Amino acid sequence: MNETYIMPDYEIVRNAERCVRCMACVRLCANGAHIFDEKRGVLTADDSKCVNCHYCVANCPTKAIKIVRSDHCFKPSANYTEDVIKDIYRQADTGGVLLSSMGTTKSYPVYWDKMLVNASQVTNPPIDPLREPMEIRTFLGKKPETVKYRADGRLEAETHPNLMLKTPIMFSAMSYGSISKNAHIALARAAEELGTFYNTGEGGLHEDLYQYGANTIVQVASGRFGVHPAYLNAGAAIEIKMGQGAKPGIGGHLPGSKIGEDVSRTRMIPKGTDAISPAPHHDIYSIEDLRQLVFGLKEATDYKKPVIVKIAAVHNIAAIASGIARSGADIIAIDGFRGGTGAAPTRIRDNVGIPIELALAAVDTRLRDEGIRGRVGLVAGGSVRSSADVVKAIALGADAVYIATPALLAMGCHLCRSCHGGKCNWGIATQSPELVARLDPDVARERLVNLVTAWSREIMEMMGGMGINSIEALRGNRLMLRGIGLTQKELDVLGIRHAGE
Amino acid sequence: MRIDAKGMHFAALNGLIRDSADGEIVIDNVLGQRYIAAGAAGRHIVVRGVPGNALGAYMNGCRVDVYGSAQDAVGDTMNDGVIVVHGSCGDTAGYAMRGGRIFIEGDAGYRVGIHMKEYGSAVPCIVVGGRAGSYLGEYQAGGRIVVLGIGSEGRQCVGDFTSTGMHGGKIYVRGGCIPADLPRQTEVRAVTDKSELAPLVRDFCTCFGFDADALLADDYFMLVPSTAYIYKTLYVNRPD
Ligand code: SF4
Ligand code: SF4
Repeated sequence: MNETYIMPDYEIVRNAERCVRCMACVRLCANGAHIFDEKRGVLTADDSKCVNCHYCVANCPTKAIKIVRSDHCFKPSANYTEDVIKDIYRQADTGGVLLSSMGTTKSYPVYWDKMLVNASQVTNPPIDPLREPMEIRTFLGKKPETVKYRADGRLEAETHPNLMLKTPIMFSAMSYGSISKNAHIALARAAEELGTFYNTGEGGLHEDLYQYGANTIVQVASGRFGVHPAYLNAGAAIEIKMGQGAKPGIGGHLPGSKIGEDVSRTRMIPKGTDAISPAPHHDIYSIEDLRQLVFGLKEATDYKKPVIVKIAAVHNIAAIASGIARSGADIIAIDGFRGGTGAAPTRIRDNVGIPIELALAAVDTRLRDEGIRGRVGLVAGGSVRSSADVVKAIALGADAVYIATPALLAMGCHLCRSCHGGKCNWGIATQSPELVARLDPDVARERLVNLVTAWSREIMEMMGGMGINSIEALRGNRLMLRGIGLTQKELDVLGIRHAGE
Repeated sequence: MRIDAKGMHFAALNGLIRDSADGEIVIDNVLGQRYIAAGAAGRHIVVRGVPGNALGAYMNGCRVDVYGSAQDAVGDTMNDGVIVVHGSCGDTAGYAMRGGRIFIEGDAGYRVGIHMKEYGSAVPCIVVGGRAGSYLGEYQAGGRIVVLGIGSEGRQCVGDFTSTGMHGGKIYVRGGCIPADLPRQTEVRAVTDKSELAPLVRDFCTCFGFDADALLADDYFMLVPSTAYIYKTLYVNRPD
């Protein structure tokens, strides 16, 4: 026996009565899952090619298609599950490291769903956000540590560059290369309209997107793709990527199939070869070295831009963040291990790192204990799925959040978790021109704006319910949270009490 | 403009340079100040002494002459311009360099030219007169690195793990001492056509006064990525 037969996960079911044989599905599916057999004149399908992205389902004029989970099965076992068996077959077949995309599928605890938010009743009445002003604008960056009175009685404080966010939600890093140019344009335009920021990721910035610089965070990663003075100065802030929640300790990996002419030019790397940005920055081995990169970037941009350091949530996160707060960085972005990715080794994605909720609480507590919380802004990301998650993140101590998967979903992503294949039917995680053209940047922009606007309203409503009319008063206000079904240890790390206490 | 950098903090020194309208700037008594000429363009800066880390980082078209040795991260992510070091330099010179040239008269530390880039006419080049440390050209994606090994004739003048992860560009090394531990994805070739190499060696000799004809008469070998090996074979796509 050479290769093991691995049965398909999904089946394409076509309703023969409804199908008008327009062949749209055959034409549209980038994976070639729909097949017209000319010899026999029949419309058929190859289930093994289906990634369950719903593109055909959405575009079939008569809604004749549905995708179902295959009920073909191995003998059931709670230990050697179907996934476990298939992965072993795959690796025995190829000798390869398993590669996946998007966030982990494992059922780790989601602490957002184990925290409940407070509301006012009699003594401290709620505020109605429809009638009364509600401030969700926030400033992200280093705050003045000292304020002095000058001889003339006026205040004097050192000020630092801050980002002004009209809503505490930003789009987190997704590189040009991992996602398409149209997806980047949509994110940039939405950020501009919303008064917030999107993040270039580590792949540089396409020249057509420099015009959105005021709402752009430019990223610098170990591969330094597309990093030059014009790029650094184009953005409103610079983010140093030290780690990513979905793959802590692992660098970027852009498969050669996604490196066409445009991506090759933007990244200045050869076409068609895999672009590797290794886990370490090979000039950073200490907080002092990080400080060197932070200040090098500040020197190159005349101290006008806040510098963000993004790290993955890992076991010693509080100590690491404390070091970063002392490195001269203005903002720390923490990325939890349930966060998404365009491609990550499966075992890393599913087993390395810690949840953002615990990491965020631990970092905020540590920085407060050390009296340096004001030295940095704190951004939480890595599976922030709704406005309720945002409210809870801010109450745990974040100044703002980063979202990526919800932004992709807003643009049409159906979470098929096949981004690493480079053939995204929705025109997002692909560089193939025909597929990219399917994503209309203005439609996607509008949907992103809708999403964040709706979330912002919900945040105001929840704040109003708590009797809070400014996001500043919610930040780190852990009395507004209660745990449900958590152990004392979990409550201690989160720094909250149990419901009913 | 002439600046006496004695005892000066880097932020003050670099502020003076940024605020000056002069095209010619001479800095005396430099001792470890970092980021000199970082992100700068259109100047000629002469550094007397030992500049600190990240000299010419993100530089965008200056000429910098260092009369002394330089520390780590010379020309980090440099975009354009020329850096000439009349001495040796520390680690990671030319990290992710995108264009321009760096000439080091003496030796260079670890990880020279890692992540170097290239696109179209932007071809960054580094020439090291002496020896280069380990991990030379690691993850190199483009550009040219030349190691002349002057004074190390008959000995290997590049360190361990040269060209690990290289996927573009070329490394030229003078002499015949090919490292034994080259990675699988690198291919070694004898240099028969020196038309690309010669101008780089001649420019180096113009900077430091070596005999270009004599250097060019020697044998060189070249390291290039082999297209036969790519990371693709390392991974298997999982549908979930
Ligand atoms: S798109 Fe729908 S109607 Fe058209 S061929 Fe496919 S299944 Fe039939
Ligand atoms: S971006 Fe595209 S490929 Fe990736 S999960 Fe979403 S629909 Fe699938």
